[in-house]
Amino acid sequence: MKYLDEFRDSDKAQALLREIARLVPGIETCRQRPLQIMEVCGGHTHSIFRYGIDRLLPKNVELVHGPGCPVCVLPMGRVDDCVALAERPEVIFTTFGDAIRVPGSSKNLLQAKAEGADVRIVYSPLDALAIARRNPDREVVFFAIGFETTMPSTALTVLEAEQTGVRNFSLFCNHITIVPTIKAILDSPEVRIDGFIGPGHVSAIIGNAPYELVSKRYGRPLVVSGFEPLDILQSLWMLLLQMTEGRCAVENQYGRVVREGGNKPALDAIGRVFELRDFFEWRGLGSIDHSGIRIADAYASYDAERRFAVPDVKIADPKSCQCGEVLKGAIKPWECKVFGTACTPETPLGALMVSSEGSCAACFNYAGIRPGAPPRQVQSPLSNR
Amino acid sequence: MVALIEEVFLNTFGRPAGAVCEDQARLQLAELSCMGDQLAFTTDSYVVDPLFFPGGNIGTLSVNGTVNDLAVGGARPFYLSCSVILEEGYPIEELRRVAQGMQQAADQAGVRIVTGDTKVVPRGAADKLFINTAGIGVIPKGVNLAASRAAPGDLIVTNGFIGDHGAAIVDGRGELALEHSVHSDTRPLNGLVEKMLSVCPDIRCMRDATRGGVAAVLNEFATAAGICIRIDERAIPVRAQVRGICELLGLDPLYLANEGKLLAVVPAKDAEALVAAMRTDPAGADAVIIGQVGAAPSGLVTLATALGAERVLDMLVGEQLPRIC
Repeated sequence: MKYLDEFRDSDKAQALLREIARLVPGIETCRQRPLQIMEVCGGHTHSIFRYGIDRLLPKNVELVHGPGCPVCVLPMGRVDDCVALAERPEVIFTTFGDAIRVPGSSKNLLQAKAEGADVRIVYSPLDALAIARRNPDREVVFFAIGFETTMPSTALTVLEAEQTGVRNFSLFCNHITIVPTIKAILDSPEVRIDGFIGPGHVSAIIGNAPYELVSKRYGRPLVVSGFEPLDILQSLWMLLLQMTEGRCAVENQYGRVVREGGNKPALDAIGRVFELRDFFEWRGLGSIDHSGIRIADAYASYDAERRFAVPDVKIADPKSCQCGEVLKGAIKPWECKVFGTACTPETPLGALMVSSEGSCAACFNYAGIRPGAPPRQVQSPLSNR
Repeated sequence: MVALIEEVFLNTFGRPAGAVCEDQARLQLAELSCMGDQLAFTTDSYVVDPLFFPGGNIGTLSVNGTVNDLAVGGARPFYLSCSVILEEGYPIEELRRVAQGMQQAADQAGVRIVTGDTKVVPRGAADKLFINTAGIGVIPKGVNLAASRAAPGDLIVTNGFIGDHGAAIVDGRGELALEHSVHSDTRPLNGLVEKMLSVCPDIRCMRDATRGGVAAVLNEFATAAGICIRIDERAIPVRAQVRGICELLGLDPLYLANEGKLLAVVPAKDAEALVAAMRTDPAGADAVIIGQVGAAPSGLVTLATALGAERVLDMLVGEQLPRIC
């Protein structure tokens, strides 16, 4: 399949792996401890596990699975708010599929649906708007979630609703923004990430410039990466090359999609419809300043939080969960106290176990890791070199 | 109303000569007992949305599904029942098309629908139409297909492209507006299975990879036999359209439902000849070997990825959900 198979070529992957293995001995850090590279985006985490990339890397290159899975970092209280909205008799609650199983304090959206709430899975916010047009006597709420990747489509849907006079449509806005989050991770004392694989789709919208503080202020290299296995391997190689050459810069591996300045019409739409919240609560990471997005006053009538009495539930993360430490790379998923015991994909406590992009679910499902059992050593042509 | 509905089925399925109109079908034991020494009996309920999809409908599905559940046990299917629960107001014309689908599938499989029942429930008490079918078949003497017989060294064979049905259902909901539609693979497999058993009587076990897909069946085999199964991602046939839908929505074809695909565990020495024989049958035209059985770790299925790494292929928890981005 065009644009996919070329980026999954086994021979090219082996060549990149050899180059990566060749660079490792020349990196000072690798002589003292394993190098930690964080892939920020859940899409990368998914690809890494699906193709077994982590198992092909040299032993002293570790991948840390970052906070870029929007459903993983959604706090439980926000899910309770979703359920409260969905249970209003006049509301049709529309959501992307993978948000439907995220646990709230007493139930998730799937359970609310089973109890009679009108919850519908959509593929795009425009589908939700179409449902609003077909049901003029109901209130259609769209569960807006995601980083800058999904913000433009939500913003454009609000603009379209306004232009076409659809009044029974609103957003429960949970959009979040990536750069303050990377900053918060780098400010944590326990973090020792050496470099970042930057989010490709977010960057297609915002461009490369916003990451400059990662390289300039924090002195960590960042390579914006595509999502296919060769993209990820090439980005890793680019990071290691920077380290070998003593450079620290923001580079773009995903040139076929990401433009230096991002996507201006998308940024314009975001700028019109949204504004920054002073702070936003993240699961596992706590409150992060200027990391959440809400609807600007000019579009207040499309804001479900202003339109309905949303309970605004605040619930602390379960004490036993160590999602935050996993998200920051301080511990491995299987080192969490409840991994695979109290917290499994079937009965997730922490959100990292819910989505297939969550690092705990990925370790559980794709790597077959179980509590008390370290990851199995599998044969790979390069990992033992 | 009920009389009208029953008429639809009776007219479509036909009344065999000499049939008695009693509360039960009466089947000649002698006809069955000369075919083998074990009866196989199975039942399944069919609920699908949409009821009509590219390549089939709930009617064809309800016959093929039950026929295949018999066939993969090595049974030759003979008789089916058909029980229907209808939501009040369901259009008779659509029901007729469903019944015709059932009869066509039954003709293709060489089975007869000999008994049935119809219930109409108030609007909202059911979603349009549910069908239950049960089936009776005969297992010929000496045939013993059982998951527990899979042993290290055996090979895993499938009869063709996987994921077509699951992708057709996603496509059939019409929410994606795709240019190239995918057709469900719903079809009877009893002819193919008979051919397979004639070429290789020592096939260890077979299952049709319906809900939960190929991954679910392989995990069932591994658990039942206490073996390890290793499959090669690159060997598994997936159509470009199905891959496209999966890439778009973040789904994995290995978990998509199939309605005309089976997985068989076969002795290595017979595998090539078996695949060659399967390819002479339309239901097995794309048959391939996709993996092998090992001894340890017991109960585990692993997958060699396109990059040559090995990872676990687990059972799916819940349903596959489309990803956000």
